[in-house]
Amino acid sequence: MERHISVPFGEETACSLKAGDYVYLTGTLYTARDAAHKRMQEALDKKEPLPLDLKGNVIYYMGPSPARKGKVIGSAGPTTASRMDKYTPALLDLGLRGMIGKGKRSKEVLDAAVRNKSIYFAAVGGAGALLSKCIRSAQVIAYEDLGTEAIRKLEVVDFPVIVAADTNGNNLYETAVSDYLNNRQK
Amino acid sequence: MRELSTELITKTIKEMCIEANHVLSEDMKQTFSAAVREEQAPLGRQILQQLIENMDIAQTEQIPICQDTGMAVIFLEIGQDVHITGGSLRDAVNEGVRQGYQEGYLRKSVVADPIIRENTKDNTPAVIHYEITEGDQVSITVAPKGFGSENMSRVFMLKPADGIEGVKQAILTAVQDAGPNACPPMVVGVGIGGTFEKCAILAKKALVRKAGEHSEIPYVKELEEEMLEKINETGIGPAGLGGGITAFAVNINTYPTHIAGLPVAVNICCHVNRHVTRVL
Repeated sequence: MERHISVPFGEETACSLKAGDYVYLTGTLYTARDAAHKRMQEALDKKEPLPLDLKGNVIYYMGPSPARKGKVIGSAGPTTASRMDKYTPALLDLGLRGMIGKGKRSKEVLDAAVRNKSIYFAAVGGAGALLSKCIRSAQVIAYEDLGTEAIRKLEVVDFPVIVAADTNGNNLYETAVSDYLNNRQK
Repeated sequence: MRELSTELITKTIKEMCIEANHVLSEDMKQTFSAAVREEQAPLGRQILQQLIENMDIAQTEQIPICQDTGMAVIFLEIGQDVHITGGSLRDAVNEGVRQGYQEGYLRKSVVADPIIRENTKDNTPAVIHYEITEGDQVSITVAPKGFGSENMSRVFMLKPADGIEGVKQAILTAVQDAGPNACPPMVVGVGIGGTFEKCAILAKKALVRKAGEHSEIPYVKELEEEMLEKINETGIGPAGLGGGITAFAVNINTYPTHIAGLPVAVNICCHVNRHVTRVL
């Protein structure tokens, strides 16, 4: 099913999304990848505040290439999500509503997503030029010294993603391949 | 003896870094068009079309094809009758990478130390493979390597008794484990033989082979074709979301090895299989 939703979004919207839905996101996304996750974890360990409010928000696992003059951002596709697995359950428990990345997640992440009614979206890896066209503004809000790995606030319009794991525990990465093979045999 | 200046090498490598990250070679483009015609899965086809559109945008608007513009892997084949003038060749290569990644708005993805992890901010140093060959020319291949797929690459130290079946199993294991992380459709580079490090370099070099070309050794060519078919039977598909196009090609290089060993390296590349070669 094709859906258009705005971000941030609430529990009700999250629960209405099903694995396999093709979704266009409009609104605010925050970027964070390996190094930013490590810093957020260190902040949590020290009981310090995080640089962003996670509640209802979506983190995009992405480190862009630099913007050319007059552009808001460079190439901006997803990175492999599983590298963030170690840090993710804690963020989900703090209210993170969604994640955008590519590839399979750990059981701990998927369980935490179900528990907190959060969604894991897949974006198409290696489509960074195409995806950058949906980004209308980009602003570094924390960890500027990390360069491409800094936390950025993005405003996006019709950013295309696929629901990879939904709030009922359905996981497209587990079912898509077998569904394809079964249908093909028919 | 023919003289070649480091200045020219720097300039050439700068241009090649920028070109490789914005324009996928003609052979890879044709491979994409064929794949979109063949793919049976609707979502898989949609993803392949997105990737073709992505390539068009990258080229016309000068946005890198992928934000991971890679660690610069550089193969230098240096004719033994060439004299390089004007300073250190290694420094000239790194300077070319530095200029290319800065002037080309490419991402700086290299950290100076694997544990301390501070970004070098200019994407240097490159990984440089030098080979001395005959003649008076220098062949340069620039192959920026993204790490989504690099992380899924493997070396298997098989034993002679494992034979060709063991090799097939190793390739399939690596591809299955890589799954969606390696951004399929992949190009699978395989090195068989040599030593631990030799098979890895063979596999890396296999990735820069022109699409559609096969090994000249008959059984290796057959193995390439058989493994491509087997990989596409897995159903992993584009982006790992199901489909018949999991790999574009399996390229295998071989080398003599020790009586006690059968090293196999599987170097996986995503669909953005970037490589440019120029001869000076």
